[in-house]
Amino acid sequence: MFDLYGRGWQMLDGGIVTIQLCLTVLPFMIVIGLLGASAKLSRFKALRVIGESYTVIIRGIPELLVILLIYFGGTIAVQNIAEMISGAETRVDIPAFWSGVAALALVQGAFASEVFRAAMLAIPKGQIEAAIATGMTPTQIFRRIKLPQLWRFALPGLNNLFQVLIKDTALISVVGVEEILRKAAVGAGTEKAPFTFYLVAMLMFLAFTTVSLFAFNRLEKRASRGIARA
Amino acid sequence: MFEDLIYVLGKYHGWLYDGLLLTLQLLVIAVAFGSLLAIPLAIARTSKNLWVQAVPFGFIYLFRGTPLIAQLFMMYYGVGQLVSNIDGIQDSWTWQYLRDPYWYCLLTFILNTAAYVAEIMRGGINNVPSGEVEAARACGMTPATTYRRIIFPRMWQIIWPAYTNDVIFTLKATSLASTVTMMELTGAARKIVARTALPYEAFISAGIIYLIIVYVLTFGFKGIEKYLRRNEVREADKKPTVKIGVQA
Repeated sequence: MFDLYGRGWQMLDGGIVTIQLCLTVLPFMIVIGLLGASAKLSRFKALRVIGESYTVIIRGIPELLVILLIYFGGTIAVQNIAEMISGAETRVDIPAFWSGVAALALVQGAFASEVFRAAMLAIPKGQIEAAIATGMTPTQIFRRIKLPQLWRFALPGLNNLFQVLIKDTALISVVGVEEILRKAAVGAGTEKAPFTFYLVAMLMFLAFTTVSLFAFNRLEKRASRGIARA
Repeated sequence: MFEDLIYVLGKYHGWLYDGLLLTLQLLVIAVAFGSLLAIPLAIARTSKNLWVQAVPFGFIYLFRGTPLIAQLFMMYYGVGQLVSNIDGIQDSWTWQYLRDPYWYCLLTFILNTAAYVAEIMRGGINNVPSGEVEAARACGMTPATTYRRIIFPRMWQIIWPAYTNDVIFTLKATSLASTVTMMELTGAARKIVARTALPYEAFISAGIIYLIIVYVLTFGFKGIEKYLRRNEVREADKKPTVKIGVQA
């Protein structure tokens, strides 16, 4: 029953690619988010403007459009740069996987920068002042005071973002990455059983989002240990 | 670069314009019907009866836990195939509608929007101050009147910012219609790229049109928010008065 016309393993392979996509995007998303949040809270107006326009633009454009732009446009851009450097006609192919990772990191990073910005503002000012008063350096303040709390304040938002990220990886199937939905589409086409294959794909995604939800809830509990509950 | 942009806009602006109209059409219908469908779902979801809660919970969980693009493929290819297997349906007059991706897209977007909006509304209904509901009951309002006069107006006030975000989310979601051959804004841009091999010009033009829609939507919804919160503004304008009869 579960062998799906002999394509059950294919679907599992797709599941692994989806997990790989999510886990590859995650660190980029966090770094871009932290950089974006710092830019928005910066003392310099230029950085603030850059940070704000990055989020406003990305949040107003469909993810699919960003993915298509990076997949089709990115190849041309890299090719032009390569030709400029080497001076000869070169042919570059960016793997669809990495252009997908770049697009998702760009999109999710914009949302993450909002999450981190709110988290940074949630840290009580008095604590920072107290840290300065005890003579901590800015790095120490970041490591000892800001980071542990940033984590706690940002987790609910990151939980949400990771859910969105899992669902957004399905969009990369449009440029041919062999993740769950792409495998399902191939199976649906060759076996003439779209209902079955898309049902399996949906259940797999549902399982992933559910597991991520529970994992983040555990993390949230762990991060807020030692905090008095109202 | 700019010559190419002018070339694309000059030759293919008709496609982008038609795409824009289709995008707006999908957006308005999905949001309108999705929100209508969300109301009974949200009411059932806030019910105290577990069995009544279960159905909207399952619906919301399924639609929020899976990618929209998977739902769309499921509907268009999966359900579409089941429908086409019904005996004699391909000869009936309904077939011209049943094979059109437009209706499958709309149905998917409506159900998806309904699931997201219902979850927002559930939060709104739960956050209506219980004193107001109790007061309504004490005045002898029926449950239906309470919903109409007290709970819904309050709920809209509470959920409006989240609802605005969700409308923008739905706008971005309509771009997925291009994956089932619909020629909305993203579909038009993809067609231009296929014809001219100028991805930047076409996709960025479409992106700018999306940004303009988002800007207009945000502006309009801010105005409606002011209208929804008009009672609060009035209270703030009031001169401070001495409170009488407050327990000391």
